[in-house]
Amino acid sequence: MVRFPGSDESLDIEGILLRLDEIDALPDDDVACKAEKLAAEQLKMGEVVLETWLVARNGVPTERLKEGFRLLALHAQGAKGVPSFNACRETCREIVYQYNVVAAAENDGDRVRALRMMIMVVRHLALFVSGKLEVAGLGDFCCASKPLHQTGDTLTSSPGL
Amino acid sequence: MSKKHKEVAYYPGCALEGTAQSYDRSTKAIGKALGLPIKELDNWNCCGAMEVKNIDPKLQTYLSARNLSIAEDMGFDSVMAPCNGCYHNLKKAEYDLEHDASSREITARLSNKAGHRTYKAGKVETIHALDWIKDSVGEEGIKDKVKDGLKGLKIANYYGCMYTRPRHIFPEKDQGPGSESTSKPHYMDDLLDAAGANSVEFPLKTACCGGAHTLSDSDTSTKLVLNILQAAEASGADVIATECPTCHTGLEMHQIRAEKMFGKKTKVKILYFTQLLGLAMGLSPRKVGVHENFSESLPLLREKGLG
Repeated sequence: MVRFPGSDESLDIEGILLRLDEIDALPDDDVACKAEKLAAEQLKMGEVVLETWLVARNGVPTERLKEGFRLLALHAQGAKGVPSFNACRETCREIVYQYNVVAAAENDGDRVRALRMMIMVVRHLALFVSGKLEVAGLGDFCCASKPLHQTGDTLTSSPGL
Repeated sequence: MSKKHKEVAYYPGCALEGTAQSYDRSTKAIGKALGLPIKELDNWNCCGAMEVKNIDPKLQTYLSARNLSIAEDMGFDSVMAPCNGCYHNLKKAEYDLEHDASSREITARLSNKAGHRTYKAGKVETIHALDWIKDSVGEEGIKDKVKDGLKGLKIANYYGCMYTRPRHIFPEKDQGPGSESTSKPHYMDDLLDAAGANSVEFPLKTACCGGAHTLSDSDTSTKLVLNILQAAEASGADVIATECPTCHTGLEMHQIRAEKMFGKKTKVKILYFTQLLGLAMGLSPRKVGVHENFSESLPLLREKGLG
């Protein structure tokens, strides 16, 4: 669970999913007024999700930036030694993209649309990482995963083969 | 028009003979309609999928290498795999055989024991069904064959996670204009737009569908899929186009499950890109296996004049 800067509120991934639903339920007018603030909040949520992954694996989340965003640096850190974690690489980049679209949008329609897309992408990251944490004890689930038996004998090392 | 990949060996893999029969049917149908002969690999075997790879990645390399050796023996220099999992595994085997001495040694040992020639890297290029169409006929070839076209059907193109990852096993991608992108793939968008579709901006085109979660953690899979379906609808899509049988089946099954378990109904339809290309070329829905999908898309297709 990570506390948001300047806020008394602490959110875990479940809390983030609920907060995303709250933002999604806001009418367009409200979203348009607060779009940049909400986009920043969602970017932070993405960081919190990745921090949760890193902390669960006994890592210390970096404060570095990659291409100007801590989110991308955290993803790169989280994927080290876990190739299947790259399955959320583009999801993180898409969060950054939608964040930039919100900042650069020239009208409320584009701003609201990007903000609502950002909600879905952040939600996807949160679901993906929570799923990864859920099955961590079973080994990497993903198709691009490392083998389950990394230190033991493999079939191809057995005398019969 | 490029002549590249005009004649390819065809590796359907297990999924296209099972849950993804409509992908197999529509791939063969559009090959015929476009004048692109394909020849199925003789006596092919499993690519190693995710199950073998998780237990013993070198064994997966051997299994995929055997398929590549069959293609070579049949006189082909390229093998086309429509399934993202098969495509990924054959590409990975090629990469491992080129870069890892231990993979070469084990593949040679197992090939000798199985009594067939050992495949050497660099002899056969593995391509996806998207590369096959894009390289052989391209957008212009599609436009030439289209009859009524897809009539502005709004499509979210969903590539899944294995078509572009990990980057290093796809050296032909990210090579500048015209090549496929691993961060923002576009081949399916290009081909379907050439067939008259209107591809929408879709922020989750390479996001995880939770396919490998399906049995161990169904609720997470359902939530991931639901989010993809809702994002597609929010993007304005009538249809999600797929090019991976695992993703396709996951989207269909979890669309139903999302309604049952979470009361969340989505209307977006799910079709293989090969089915959509076939329909654009005037093939009947039955000819491209629409009746074999779980997603009931016929009413929409009829409404659009495609059924």
